[in-house]
Amino acid sequence: MNGLRKDLATATIAIVFLTLLLGIAYPLVTTGVAQLVFPNASNGSKVEVDGEVVGSKLIGQDFKGLPRYFQSRPSATEYSADVTFFNNLGPNSRELSDFFAEQLAAYLKRERPYDPGLAAAEVPVDAVTTSASGVDPHISEANARIQGRRVAEVRGLPLDRVLDLVDEHTDGRFLALFGEPGVNVLQLNLALDREDAR
Amino acid sequence: MAQGWVQIAVFLIVLTALVPFVGGYIAKVFRGERVFLSPVVGPVERLAYRVMRVRPEEGQDWKAYARSIVVFSLVSWLALYLILRTQSIQPLNPEGFGSGPWNLSFNTASSFVTNTNWQYYGGETTLSYFVQMVGLTVQNFVSAAVGIAVLAAVIRGFAARSGAALGNFWSDLVRINLYVLLPISFVAALVLVSQGVIQTLDGSQTFHTIAGDTQTLALGPVASQEAIKELGTNGGGFFNVNSAMPFENPGGLTNMVELLLILIVPASLTYTFGRMVGNRRQGWALYAAMMAMFVVAVAVVYAAEQHGSPAQHHAGVLTSAFDGSTGGNMEGKEQRFGIAESSLWTAVTTVTSCGAVNASLDSLTGIGGLVPLANMGTGEVVFGGVGSGLYYMLLFVLLTVFIAGLMVGRTPEFLGKKIESREVKLVLVGVLVTPLLVLFATALAVASPDGTQSIYNHGPQGFSESLYAYMSQANNNGSAFAGYTGFVQPNAPGNGGSEAFSFATLLGGVVMLLARFLPMIAALAVAGSLAGKRVAPAGTGTFRADSPTFVVLLIGVVVIVAALTFFPAFLLGPVVQGLTDQLF
Repeated sequence: MNGLRKDLATATIAIVFLTLLLGIAYPLVTTGVAQLVFPNASNGSKVEVDGEVVGSKLIGQDFKGLPRYFQSRPSATEYSADVTFFNNLGPNSRELSDFFAEQLAAYLKRERPYDPGLAAAEVPVDAVTTSASGVDPHISEANARIQGRRVAEVRGLPLDRVLDLVDEHTDGRFLALFGEPGVNVLQLNLALDREDAR
Repeated sequence: MAQGWVQIAVFLIVLTALVPFVGGYIAKVFRGERVFLSPVVGPVERLAYRVMRVRPEEGQDWKAYARSIVVFSLVSWLALYLILRTQSIQPLNPEGFGSGPWNLSFNTASSFVTNTNWQYYGGETTLSYFVQMVGLTVQNFVSAAVGIAVLAAVIRGFAARSGAALGNFWSDLVRINLYVLLPISFVAALVLVSQGVIQTLDGSQTFHTIAGDTQTLALGPVASQEAIKELGTNGGGFFNVNSAMPFENPGGLTNMVELLLILIVPASLTYTFGRMVGNRRQGWALYAAMMAMFVVAVAVVYAAEQHGSPAQHHAGVLTSAFDGSTGGNMEGKEQRFGIAESSLWTAVTTVTSCGAVNASLDSLTGIGGLVPLANMGTGEVVFGGVGSGLYYMLLFVLLTVFIAGLMVGRTPEFLGKKIESREVKLVLVGVLVTPLLVLFATALAVASPDGTQSIYNHGPQGFSESLYAYMSQANNNGSAFAGYTGFVQPNAPGNGGSEAFSFATLLGGVVMLLARFLPMIAALAVAGSLAGKRVAPAGTGTFRADSPTFVVLLIGVVVIVAALTFFPAFLLGPVVQGLTDQLF
């Protein structure tokens, strides 16, 4: 019994001490150092145009089907960056299969006027599936190459120029090894807008 | 796929190369020796002993050690429950979230104190920065430290030549936090921030997008929690979508760093074990057994995901890879991770009890989803949770030694100590509690209307979700087939009108607590019982436990126990889906 009481006292002091150290000092010191050394990254890698925040380079957004823009991957959350969730439909879900079919049809309808030969079997898988975060900032290179035809024609830019911009805004693998390459859609669209303004 | 296999292979090589360094370092920490951090950390350590009035050299027998753990966990639980229930009156709550309901808070407190980090709530829509830091980050550290401390005590019991003392829990708790978890987390957090993981106390920010929409960025002190979330094999995300959120895991580099953080402690502890029992081969033998099972898990899930899902094939979606496209089942996966890194992550976080996700597990293919279930079904002994994975594996080692002893007709012994009736009984209790809890809880959940209201998907996937929920909670993993719901949250200010399902939250909470502490106490009791035993010198007839034969036998026992327990349940859910192209 004596041991139990002593344990209770020790445990209470321990949790207070460890809370001060691990729950207050550690996150606050980390915040301080992070804000000092990596101010942009620690605040969300925000992107500004004319001094106004228009997004984060790490967070995908909805380009609303506007033909002059590259379009992000489908999202289960309407590209919400403050209420995130998965689609959560299983591999044998009829609802999910119907969703894929819809997305595939919509993609072909959007791109075919600019790429008449585009077949369903050429559409890359990232273009019709929802991402995990709902705000995937990237699309695949194959997806960008298809969309590039539309964007080039709508903007009256040479296709080669648009594809060069796609390459410029492709985040490669870490050490050319880890992860998959992805085209950062927001950065690419902003670059296209700057190109137009010139 | 070659690129993917190379990524996975390089990762495993890097991990293996780090194991002796980290494992040797942890052995020194367990022994109370001086390490390179001592000049910095030593004064804080001594301060902790002074305020806690603890004498670190005062040894505890297994009962005293277990009592200290139970009391500490109870106090932790009460503190966390109180913090969750009073959120609305605390500072650092820029979004003005209300306090948690009693049943959800019961689940969450049980979840974080047991190192499970199962989440019925969505982080960024429910919890303030204060609760994330002061409540959850603290438990991420200390629940991990408890697991590691138990392992330290168990190893001392296996290694002891005489006496009953297994070490001092309070000293282990302080040293593991100060010398291992905190320094690594601090450095890792800054590395993560440098790549774009956020770390700020500012509230969310709303702006106009270039297409004329509005978007709101939820922010917060994410990196500091992310680091310990992985290092302590906790897994509870700051965001609802966990490490799929770019603010938690923005790229290929952070993904690798986080995966290393998850595996480094549980993998290195095998080396620590070998070092402390004076037989490094024994440590590597355990590492080899774990690694072999892990490699199979990664390979199966990667192949399954690369194949694509029936839903894709029915819709006429191309699932083969070609230049510039990953192919495969990209539903619920991020482009920057693709199939390989998502598969590797899924295997790493379910062989360990981390439970973080960087892809949607509910949308994995049938066989892809079977792998995380089977990984957990082994009882989380393939690396497993920090500390808990290895002490649980040691129970399986004793079981294997016992079975081998029966086969050759000799008294079973491990590290020169005879394994007798008392140890074997305790081992069986430790090994069987968790699977029994999984099966009973799942049966209850699928057989009652209160349980089935949590299910989201139709058909076998609905059963898989239920099985996964209790498998994950009982094994203190925390990952989810996230369609399974225990908390309904309308998107209203301050969470007005939100409601938790009592059945799911309470059953899950009780399962987590029982499955954490009963095997833990059994393992300590085994260690206590072994501590005083004489060590007999190895003879020619000794069955060596550090041989390849033993590794194969150990894997066999782990797999057979899991298969015998869960085979029917697996058949009803993921296997059905893996075998059919039918849609439900």
